[in-house]
Amino acid sequence: MNVASLDQLWVYLSGNPLLWLLTTLLVFTLAVRLNRAVGGTPLLHPVTLAIAMLIALLLLVDVEYQAYFEGAQFIHFLLGPATVALAIPLYDHRERVRRLLWPLLLACGAGIVTAVASTLGLAMLLGARSETLLSLAPRSVTSPIAMGIAEQIGGIPSLAAGLVLLTGSIGCALGPWIFRLLRITDPVVQGFTLGLAAHGFGTAHAFARLGAVAGAFSGLAMGLTGLLTAFLLPLITHLFGFG
Amino acid sequence: MPLIMGMSVLLACQFAGELLAQGLMLPIPGPVFGMVILLVALMIRGKVPSSLRLTGEGLLRYLTLLFVPAGVGLMVHFELIGADLWPIVLTLVGSTAVTLAVTAWVLSRLQRGARRGSAGSGDQP
Repeated sequence: MNVASLDQLWVYLSGNPLLWLLTTLLVFTLAVRLNRAVGGTPLLHPVTLAIAMLIALLLLVDVEYQAYFEGAQFIHFLLGPATVALAIPLYDHRERVRRLLWPLLLACGAGIVTAVASTLGLAMLLGARSETLLSLAPRSVTSPIAMGIAEQIGGIPSLAAGLVLLTGSIGCALGPWIFRLLRITDPVVQGFTLGLAAHGFGTAHAFARLGAVAGAFSGLAMGLTGLLTAFLLPLITHLFGFG
Repeated sequence: MPLIMGMSVLLACQFAGELLAQGLMLPIPGPVFGMVILLVALMIRGKVPSSLRLTGEGLLRYLTLLFVPAGVGLMVHFELIGADLWPIVLTLVGSTAVTLAVTAWVLSRLQRGARRGSAGSGDQP
């Protein structure tokens, strides 16, 4: 009987989509367990933890992101139908949405203007380069929209996507503190705020931690913010003297 | 076959959304339009079919997992982020905190106002 040598096996396995699909699922499970073991703190959010562990692992075994994504794309693909599925909780809570329509729209506008103005203001003050600045501007929008906007206003689309993800995990970590500070306990307000400031990450966090009502309003905020920002952002960056 | 039916509905809405976004040349992703299409369809139909609910809520329960592959993509941007590390980190943390606080404050203020206006006092705790 012939036995393949270990490095031959590794060459075969590391090029096989199955390995990275399975690794992603296992690392995510491990991250959820770890998060639970340290008392469920949002500072070590399971997603952030899983991403950090996977990046460390890939750097350690020297595998390119492209090779990893060959396998992980099957999980990534489900983001599309999952986004569409956000219509279901939204439909379930349609009466509440209708009753709060104007407050929600106004809060959304206020949130977007704050996000963009504070981002551009702070980054200019701290002396970031202008490509970085323009890639930072759409950071609180879900990544596919952010990439489109960044390209339109002169930023770097792939950098914008990365910054969007960082914003998501920072938003999930900061959210609970801010809510405690402002004494906000209403799941509608919490969910909507997380969806606006931390897009899909915030929505996922709201579903997992705060329940279906928060999740529904978070999804609403994510969609609304994406749509409005696509129209508002080119105007605001123009006001700041770009483009 | 409830899972197949539910998944087909979700994918069909996403597909219609992609077509619409491409057709109108808007920088808005197809799934977001798909969500709007499904919402309108549910409003017209008046209820959520059980097959769709099963699939949709199943997906939403694992929404956090679905962000992991894209998040690992951060490793590609280490150099770009490293070039402006401190401005980026401070801006992200500061601005995200301000955005969370302003949005939450505005919404809870307006919501209290709307409740008082529509249903008098003591509508909900």
